[in-house]
Amino acid sequence: MKINAKVADGAQAPPARVRGDEAVRGLPTASGRPGTAAACAVLGAALVISVLAAISLGSAVIPFGDTTRFLWAALTGGVISADEVTQYQIIWQVRTPRVVLAAVVGAGLSAVGVAVQAMVRNALADPFILGVSSGASVGAVSVTVFGALAGFGIYAVSVGAFLGSLVASGLVYLAARSATGVTPLRLVLTGVALAFGFEALMSVIVYFAPDSEATSTVLYWTMGSFGAATWGALPVVTAVVVLAVVALRRAARGLDVLSFGDESAASLGVDADRLRGWLFVVTALATGAMVATSGAIGFVGLVVPHLVRIVVGAGHARVLVIAPLFGAVFMVWVDLVCRVVVAPRELPLGVITALVGVPVFITLMRRRGYLFGGR
Amino acid sequence: MTVELDVDRLSVELAGRAIVEQVSLRVGSGSVVGLVGPNGSGKSTVLRCVYRALRPRSGVVRVGGADIGAMSPRESARLVAALTQNSSGELDFTVAEVVALGRAPHLKGNAPLSAREAALCERAMRQVGVDHLAHRGVLSLSGGERQRVLIARALAQEPEVLVLDEPTNHLDLRHQVDLLRLLRDSGLTVLVVLHDLNLAAAACDRLCVLSEGALVASGTPAEVLTEQLLREVFSVRASVVAHPLDGVPQILYTLANHVEEGSAP
Repeated sequence: MKINAKVADGAQAPPARVRGDEAVRGLPTASGRPGTAAACAVLGAALVISVLAAISLGSAVIPFGDTTRFLWAALTGGVISADEVTQYQIIWQVRTPRVVLAAVVGAGLSAVGVAVQAMVRNALADPFILGVSSGASVGAVSVTVFGALAGFGIYAVSVGAFLGSLVASGLVYLAARSATGVTPLRLVLTGVALAFGFEALMSVIVYFAPDSEATSTVLYWTMGSFGAATWGALPVVTAVVVLAVVALRRAARGLDVLSFGDESAASLGVDADRLRGWLFVVTALATGAMVATSGAIGFVGLVVPHLVRIVVGAGHARVLVIAPLFGAVFMVWVDLVCRVVVAPRELPLGVITALVGVPVFITLMRRRGYLFGGR
Repeated sequence: MTVELDVDRLSVELAGRAIVEQVSLRVGSGSVVGLVGPNGSGKSTVLRCVYRALRPRSGVVRVGGADIGAMSPRESARLVAALTQNSSGELDFTVAEVVALGRAPHLKGNAPLSAREAALCERAMRQVGVDHLAHRGVLSLSGGERQRVLIARALAQEPEVLVLDEPTNHLDLRHQVDLLRLLRDSGLTVLVVLHDLNLAAAACDRLCVLSEGALVASGTPAEVLTEQLLREVFSVRASVVAHPLDGVPQILYTLANHVEEGSAP
């Protein structure tokens, strides 16, 4: 038997079998653990079902069979009858891009949250800690008030938000830089400080703006919503998020090493400064793209990483596969609840993320003795 | 098989201040050299240059004759493993996962451990007596247990040279002695910073004494640990006696009256 052969040098007979089993279970062979594959399959199936359910449900409930038929028709160029056009429009032009966007952003925020928390070694970090959301708001408001970037037509506000977020990230990075590189704590503190600056700037613009449109733009960007999802904007944000998740997952072992601090990273052959710079670019681009399409949706990027770590452990090879899938499913359901409970009006996303997330998070944290940053 | 570590005229500046000036020391293949000196004498700084957390202003660190400054971080991490200070992370990895990270410089990207590497990690955990903790989260361990996990990680790295910054911190007496015995028996080329001079004398083939960023003495423990050096470098009055069993010099401190040379009027 294989196990016996392996154990022969272990010398102690009784716990030998256990030890053999543990060796296989305990050592992180990338995502190769059977548990991870099973979890992925379950979450993947849950995602498909959730997306279909969320497209089918809403203020006007469209039967599941019709929903799948319409989707099939849209994807394969099939035929529908004339009196179904309204329902088809709801399904294909309104709900499908919205639900897909929710899934993409849920996945992206969760993965970016994982990476940012490891990058700045801070449990309270989320994708917006580096000033991205307030920078995006300034960009969006500037476009609304000053009519900048008019050449981008209906995407002008999104482009403005994206540029604003990148400018904010760039400023944070440059301001946090010193001769010895960018230390995590400096990055966080600079991000927090500059966020205040951007919020002040935004307040000034809104205060002196001639119309109330600026105010609603700000509200939209600070609370976040998938209400403005269109097929036109979806491909860009999807591509950016997918690339970012893949890039972060590929850096999983680097993130593991980085979370032990720069000294340890150096001794394990990882240039912490370089890796952090690379992570910063990837997370800033992804967050900027997400903020530009759906505003700053809080809480998900902070809590989903912790939830996933509580269940699957800290190894990034696992976390960065499970967290995006789980985040996508979570976001799809949150968005669905937001648009059905008080239909035809919509609740802000933050209400439901908090309502569901806070108790679940606190319960899990208390029960599992979750530790982040010592006792 | 193992190689020697050669620190050649190393100078380090931090924020415009010279921390280490022209320090040269050599650790022979397979030998254990202790780096001792008062607080702020530059011991950790020298080590940090060896495991490449710091770039020296001038000077070279060679492993087996090759300048590690010319290598990629991954290449040098395959030759030099380190136990650093304050190096436990924020995330609750299992002990087995932490030890497996020792293979990071040998593996491409997220490539899984081979069967040989898995066995290597198992052995490293057994060597420092943490194999029974393999599936515990590191953040739930005691300071001493965590320290041993990090030593197992360094061993799993399969280095030629091992540098350790105060590895006996947090360890109880038994594990201090076990660790130093392990270092001696490992056959690795070891450079270790120790505060406990008696442990250093017992464990090291040679000692190097740093004071204010400069090397002030080096040699066998018996050559280096003199009452005069203790008075001049460490500002303590102590007696040096030979250990009754093995003749290693041991220091007996007295708290009665500190010597106040250098700072006194």
